Amino acid sequence: MNQFQYVRATTAKTAIGALVKDPSATFLAGGTNLIDLMKNGVTAPQKLIDINPIPLTEIRKQSNSIYIGALATNTDVADHKLVLQNQPLLSLALNAGASAQLRNVATIGGNMMQRTRCFYFNNPDLPCNKRQPGSGCGALEGYNRMHAIFGASPQCVAVNPSDMSVALAALDATVLISGPKGDRRILFTDFHRLPGDHPEKDNNLMKGELITGIEIPDNAFGKTVHYLKVRDRSSYAFALVSVAAALNIKNNTIKEARLAMGGVAHKPWRLTEAEKALVGKPATEATFKQAAEIAMQGAKGLKYNSFKLKMAPNTIIEALKTASGIA
Amino acid sequence: MEKDQCSVPDENLNENSGSSRRDFLKKSTFLSAIALTPVSLVTAAEKEMDEKLAAVFEKVPLKLEINGVKHALSVEPRVTLLDLLREQLQLTGTKKGCDHGQCGACTVHVNGKRQNSCLTLAVMHDGKKVTTIEGLANGADLHPMQEAFIKHDGFQCGYCTPGQIMSAVACIREGHANSETEIREYMSGNICRCGAYPNIVNAITEVKNGGQKV
Repeated sequence: MNQFQYVRATTAKTAIGALVKDPSATFLAGGTNLIDLMKNGVTAPQKLIDINPIPLTEIRKQSNSIYIGALATNTDVADHKLVLQNQPLLSLALNAGASAQLRNVATIGGNMMQRTRCFYFNNPDLPCNKRQPGSGCGALEGYNRMHAIFGASPQCVAVNPSDMSVALAALDATVLISGPKGDRRILFTDFHRLPGDHPEKDNNLMKGELITGIEIPDNAFGKTVHYLKVRDRSSYAFALVSVAAALNIKNNTIKEARLAMGGVAHKPWRLTEAEKALVGKPATEATFKQAAEIAMQGAKGLKYNSFKLKMAPNTIIEALKTASGIA
Repeated sequence: MEKDQCSVPDENLNENSGSSRRDFLKKSTFLSAIALTPVSLVTAAEKEMDEKLAAVFEKVPLKLEINGVKHALSVEPRVTLLDLLREQLQLTGTKKGCDHGQCGACTVHVNGKRQNSCLTLAVMHDGKKVTTIEGLANGADLHPMQEAFIKHDGFQCGYCTPGQIMSAVACIREGHANSETEIREYMSGNICRCGAYPNIVNAITEVKNGGQKV
């Protein structure tokens, strides 16, 4: 690992000030991804600004939403009574990710900021436009089994590895951000980016900005939710495909639906058109099959990941069946 | 630059209470050109932070309580908790397996919670309490989980065992050892390449069902 300066910030203001002043610096929260990347030589910040002393760990009920501080750990959120009661989909997604040891340390903000697990990105000896713009994409014509089937570009076919983010995209969460110009809020679905010509940018944070928390609006989905993660082993592996599903069913008619997929794109992949197709229909396997078909429009397989073209719709159908209780 | 754009950095930059409007504008201007700001210009601003500033190559003072013993240490910022334990304190019970948070051999408890000591910097734990496998036994009396691993043959080569046992104790304390399925899920961060998993699950189940204090 490279040498670096280490500083601690106790307030968001001082952390932001320090980052603005030193473009070679980066924030350090749980560190479970950052320290790994530094060991691999993928990134080499000259200064780490430890933001853990900032009091941003609160989880609380607001008038129409739940607020979660950016430094709450994955475990604290997944096990929190308010989250289990009001947003069980988030708990399911969090517990599907990583291991107990990592979830005890990894934060909500850090989970949003984690980098892709693409082999080419994580190996500095290989070409990668995300790690080193202009060096090419090793995965495009390489071993791309884990890679994207939606929204990829010739520059980058990597996928976002987060499970939590798939649930938050489905749940219409909002990201709270502080920066040198003050505070702003953006929709969770607008936080992460598609690669386009700038795969080096994972998200829309601007220079010096800090994620301070998220808000998840109250909803009527209750326990009619499911997070289904398909992976190479039954636990502790990144998703090949995952689906977050939430339904509001009254008299066997779907009133509202939320669907998002993980492991298929550079960002959590919200399935808005499939959601529309579910509304007003009975909660049956036929309805779910039709929605899954719509969800897959525009999907494009690569040499080694075309199995996802079949796996993804099947995962959508299974997640909806389990959520609605007809499985 | 608009005044509201300066509100946050302004407070950090007012090092001297008597700083003039000209100083303020000058500093605001340099903030607007963040990408061009040399590191040396920002030292004054940083003095206002409640921070420990460690120059490159400089060691950082660190207080840790490890297995009940207080240590006043001095470490480079890039030293992981795992390397501090093994290389500086000779607590080699905690193992380095993959060194990337994938195997769990380095599992320790920090303030009572299990974590991978390989993926955390020692300096992030100033003032905290760390328990390693060496701190689990009570003198010559093994911890019930250690006894159970021996009884159920919960290992072959033994390299993953300290991490398995630290994780197993935490698994019960967290309340995640209520069934074989739950144990397997919550122990999935600890890999055993000898494949002693069934025996590990049996050991944890016995300790859980025995109701002993872990």
